[in-house]
Amino acid sequence: MSNIELSKENKVEKLEMRVALCNTLIKLAKKNKEIVYLDSDLMSSMKTVEFGKQFPDRTFNCGVQEANMIGVAAGLSSLGKIPFTHTFGPFATRRCFDQVFLSGGYAKQNIKMVGSDPGVTAAKNGGTHMPFEDLGLMRIIPDMTIITLTDTTMLKDIVLQSSKNYGMYYLRLLRKNAVKIYEENSSFEIGKAIEIKSGNDVTIIANGIMVSEAIKAYKILKDSGINARVLDMFTIKPLDEDAIIKAAKETGAVVTCENHNYINGLGSAVAECLSEKYPTPLRRVGIKDKFGQVGSVEFLKEQYELTAKDIVKNVKSVLKMKK
Amino acid sequence: MLTKNEVKEMDKFILKVRLETLKEITNLGFGHIGGAASIIDVVGVLYSKVMRIDPKRPRWEDRDFLVVSKGHAGPTLYATLALKGYFDIKLLETLNEDGTSLPSHCDMNLTTGIDMTTGSLGQGMSTAIGIALGNRLNKKDNYTYLILGDGELNEGQVWEGAMFANQYKLDNLIAFVDENKKQLDGYTKDINDSGDIKKKFESFGWDSYYIDGADSEIIFNTIEIAKSVKSKPSVIILDTIKGQGYDFVEEAMANHHMNFNEAQVKRANELIEQFEKDLKNGNY
Repeated sequence: MSNIELSKENKVEKLEMRVALCNTLIKLAKKNKEIVYLDSDLMSSMKTVEFGKQFPDRTFNCGVQEANMIGVAAGLSSLGKIPFTHTFGPFATRRCFDQVFLSGGYAKQNIKMVGSDPGVTAAKNGGTHMPFEDLGLMRIIPDMTIITLTDTTMLKDIVLQSSKNYGMYYLRLLRKNAVKIYEENSSFEIGKAIEIKSGNDVTIIANGIMVSEAIKAYKILKDSGINARVLDMFTIKPLDEDAIIKAAKETGAVVTCENHNYINGLGSAVAECLSEKYPTPLRRVGIKDKFGQVGSVEFLKEQYELTAKDIVKNVKSVLKMKK
Repeated sequence: MLTKNEVKEMDKFILKVRLETLKEITNLGFGHIGGAASIIDVVGVLYSKVMRIDPKRPRWEDRDFLVVSKGHAGPTLYATLALKGYFDIKLLETLNEDGTSLPSHCDMNLTTGIDMTTGSLGQGMSTAIGIALGNRLNKKDNYTYLILGDGELNEGQVWEGAMFANQYKLDNLIAFVDENKKQLDGYTKDINDSGDIKKKFESFGWDSYYIDGADSEIIFNTIEIAKSVKSKPSVIILDTIKGQGYDFVEEAMANHHMNFNEAQVKRANELIEQFEKDLKNGNY
């Protein structure tokens, strides 16, 4: 069961997500000696060096070896360890996909994989480092639980829950500062979307950094007399089909928003559900099947049409298709 | 060191594995017989005289572990596990059949006694390392054994693991390379030459050996020596022949995976009869 208190101000958090991750892992590792941490030479980038200092024999920096890292994690998991792995999103998923799929998924292991710097937030690291397809890749693996962490409140709770639930997890993690959506001590139900704004004219389903964009879009739309429902669909697998169908029934039109290719991510997942169960006009805001490039996050959001303005445009467009 | 009697016992077990593996694959009519055959000796040595195991407790946490990274050699491991009593020997007749618990490639979730799922080459290197690492973390005094193919050494992941195992000084890891000189498309030297495998592993910091992969006593003694080496992982490269022990398989060029023709089925059955006779007469 969830217990959520929404933040009223939506300010940028001071606490970085990566620091929150390290702190949370340290807290968990103190209580549970089976928790171990693996990284592929990005501990400094992830500020998890402190974990390594506190638990040196439970920390394995594999160097730049993502495939080996996942296999080692699978081996550790088979002995009952709870491995958390980390590298940047593209290297956590597309670089070692076969290893994640087979040594992890097919072998039914228990690895919690963190993939950081989602979508355009890889910024000046550019197109080689921008995971526009990580959710899509993970989605095609059976039994995977896939979560995009919205803010530090959600991170703390989800990381704790993931350490307690058996199975393969992919946690998409913004590295630095998120916009605060949830008040401290909120707890979440994995697989259940969160209604952030209630409304019945249209539904905006977002995750990650797009949640705050969706809230901005909500305000713009409200001013033009359009009452949008906003859902944070932080879990993409298992998908909250009930929330999608309810939204479709009650609002008649859906816009999905993701910092990800609009193929295979949140938009595709929602489209699959709607098409089969409750056909409803849909528009997907996301990166329209393009490669990444260097840029500031603000520039890239404009480039790839991921701003509140783009969400508003898509809402107006989907409303035209509404019956 | 083993006594003469212990060596004879060991060789008897190896012959049983050789017999059951052939029966298993012949019954099905096809399989990865070449690479399954070439590890019969080492697997036989491991399960008869080396590994700390308990067939009644396949998940016993103090046991020795085995990862057959060249997962397509599953049939050999199945025959061995059946002979040791992990499961009913009759199950060997179900190799690769619909709904089987004995699939072509090792699966820890389907077969009792299998420590890690393998099949996509190179991945067993990493998972075996993870197991060795975890056992050390748990302060166990057990060993993790790993069997790699020589063709498998084409995979970069093997070398990622080799580097890592040295970095972490995994002396509770003992790997074998089944150097049967071939891979699916032909001789390794013609496809992608693995060169001097012993030198390669040595350059990665491993304690390395190159021995006759058909001499059970030498295999056993080398494992003992490897165990005594601290602070380094060990690799024992086995000089073998693809199809070792089955003449009609050794002679075939394409012996990675074979679909037996009539003549091969006939010869297989002759060998089965021969092995049964040898067992009866103490010819091992």
